[in-house]
Amino acid sequence: MNNNESVSIVVFSGDLDKVMAAFIIANGAAASGMEVNMFFTFWGLSALRKKGAKAKGKRFIEKMFGMMLPNGAEKLALSKMHMFGMGTMMLKNVMKSKKIPSLPELIDMAKQLGVNLYLCEMSMNVMGLKREEFIDGIKDIVGVASYLEHASKANITLFI
Amino acid sequence: MEVKKTIDASGLSCPLPIVKLSQGIKEIGIGEVIEIIATDQSFVPDVEAWCRKTGNTLLEIKNEEEKIRAFIKKEK
Repeated sequence: MNNNESVSIVVFSGDLDKVMAAFIIANGAAASGMEVNMFFTFWGLSALRKKGAKAKGKRFIEKMFGMMLPNGAEKLALSKMHMFGMGTMMLKNVMKSKKIPSLPELIDMAKQLGVNLYLCEMSMNVMGLKREEFIDGIKDIVGVASYLEHASKANITLFI
Repeated sequence: MEVKKTIDASGLSCPLPIVKLSQGIKEIGIGEVIEIIATDQSFVPDVEAWCRKTGNTLLEIKNEEEKIRAFIKKEK
């Protein structure tokens, strides 16, 4: 397969629809034999939070951030038509009935296909999120230089 | 044409048929043929693109009664 081809995706958004698009592209690329590196930063970090995970030694403001941000992939909201949760719930039901994979399923699939998931340390610091609050299977916690190294070698780069 | 493995991706949406194909083809040997059945109409251009991208050969594609059957020969 084309082991020398790669895709680099920055997931900045924490909107359900946008993160889904990122994972569909990532899974398609991985299934086509491409190396895929996804960098989660700012609101995008919420997508990889582990449900119910807590970290010790947080300051008050960090705890507040943790409470206000969506607690994992299942809690993300649509960028449009969220309608206090009604729209997002309706979309999830429609997707289920049409056998479209949910975001948690897409994330599991990505891990199985060997997609590399990176977290942005600076954003984690801003939001007070700790390593132990994220799902298993994170490749590494990195900074902008690591992203640039991957992106400059990639055939496709996306910012979502 | 001898089919070594068949994958039924009927009723599944993008990107699942391609993902299942990529996983299934790992289980056959070079020169062997895998069959995949899908109902997503976009699977037709997608499986063609997937074969071009991965260097495998699309031997035949049948579009019959809403079911698409593709036969792919593993090249590497």
